[in-house]
Amino acid sequence: MKMLELDKDVVEISSKYGKSKDHLLRILQDLVAKKGYLTEKIVRDLAKDMNISPNEVYSVATFYSFIKTKPTGKYVIRICQTISCDLAGKEEIIKALEKELRIKCGQTTDDMLFTLETTNCMGMCDQGPAMLVNDEVYTKMDSIKAIELIREYKTK
Amino acid sequence: MQRSCLLSPGCKCNEAFEKAFSYTPEEIINIIKDSGLRGRGGAGFPTGMKWEFAAKAAGEKKYVVCNADEGEPGTFKDRVLLTDSLDKLVQGMAIAGYAIGANYGILYLRSEYKWMLNDLNAKFNEFKNQNYLGNNIMGKGFDFDIEIKLNAGAYVCGEETALIESMEGKRGEPRNKPPFPVQSGYMGYPTVINNVETLCNIPYILEHGVAEFKKYGTERSCGTKLFSISGDCAKPGVYEMDLGITIREMLEMVGASNTKAVQIGGASGSTAGEKDFDKTICFEGFPPGGSIIIFNKSRNMARVLKNFIHFFEEESCGQCTPCREGTRRLKEAVDRIERGEKLSDEDMNTMLELAEVMKNSSKCGLGQTAANPFVDILGKFREDF
Repeated sequence: MKMLELDKDVVEISSKYGKSKDHLLRILQDLVAKKGYLTEKIVRDLAKDMNISPNEVYSVATFYSFIKTKPTGKYVIRICQTISCDLAGKEEIIKALEKELRIKCGQTTDDMLFTLETTNCMGMCDQGPAMLVNDEVYTKMDSIKAIELIREYKTK
Repeated sequence: MQRSCLLSPGCKCNEAFEKAFSYTPEEIINIIKDSGLRGRGGAGFPTGMKWEFAAKAAGEKKYVVCNADEGEPGTFKDRVLLTDSLDKLVQGMAIAGYAIGANYGILYLRSEYKWMLNDLNAKFNEFKNQNYLGNNIMGKGFDFDIEIKLNAGAYVCGEETALIESMEGKRGEPRNKPPFPVQSGYMGYPTVINNVETLCNIPYILEHGVAEFKKYGTERSCGTKLFSISGDCAKPGVYEMDLGITIREMLEMVGASNTKAVQIGGASGSTAGEKDFDKTICFEGFPPGGSIIIFNKSRNMARVLKNFIHFFEEESCGQCTPCREGTRRLKEAVDRIERGEKLSDEDMNTMLELAEVMKNSSKCGLGQTAANPFVDILGKFREDF
């Protein structure tokens, strides 16, 4: 049987922390930071490399909303949907961005640049509506500011 | 921040370390017990008692964990402490370590706050350079270091046993208690888990003394408390107030008018209507979870309820049946109401019975409190439905 080569990033990141299972979440976080999302191959390669079941890797990965296991854009836009940001007008921002990106909330653009989704309370309730683009936080948004911001990311 | 200066950036605790190391660990635990300090994360467990359990527990290693996973809707006070008062937090964690005999600290940070990670790491390095962290802290013969671990987007991980599971690299599913983390926590070692604000209070108490700390608050709720205030008011933000303040006083302070309802303690907390506004916020009154969301009379409470119930349904970890199924049924009921359907008395009674079952038989606080807004908001604002 032919042995397929393990993904280089998987090997590099898992050896950085060691193969102990208590580093699994941390390894997954680094992999998502590097790759954007986890493919089935990444999950299987990591399982093989750590000598655990792929089911275990998958079960941890899918527990956390910031660990992506489906094709995800280079930039993940997360709009806070919790009540204070809701009262402050998050719905208008979602509508504006859906129109700008020509996708529905929960979808990814065809060029794989943006994924648009909602998230629960981001701890910015005094400055809502708030949103994240990857790890960057943006507050006191309105639909015009949100569109301008996304256009800036397009040209990055 | 306003009023009393307990945790405000202007309040320095430069002598706290010096004082702390002049006491024995037992003496520190007794001081914290005397201060009456109770956990600021919401549950209000006496901090000194928690430390005493961990100090007495046998273990070749022990851990101090700072729970910086504030995910309760409407809470952002820890964000302000992590950015403005990190010196107090670091002192609080190191003093906790000294008191219980732990050389390791972990700051468990929510992934929504990853934007502050570089800044935190840089500041931790500075503390190490100043010998506030690292080996032989301030020449006192005590080693203590802090490592940061990140959550990855799961509200339930704010629950302390789920937090431990997550730190161990697993799904953040809550454990049964006992054993409590102070007996068997992170990697099986005795672990104290304290909220950011609780730990920030420690250097203040040591520097200024128990009597000064107890000047604020009530007999059973000592000290001040940070409140994250958002929603319909002129001045949202973080406020430091005496425990025992009335809801009406608080509303005046933040410039709220025409107020219909106040959500106290986040989605899992309780809803105060106008007739409750003279009641107090403290451990013996409306529990001070720290999240205050204000709704004015133009708001429809059915929308608020829907937002909260959808939140719980999404965040239920799915491990235990009452919570997994219960949150889903509550969501269905709320969605039916939104579509204009009227719940029959029989449906309503079934839902209330379900709420009771969730409260009594869910494994952790999420499931135990998820039905609170359903019972509370429907009970108090029936006209909105």
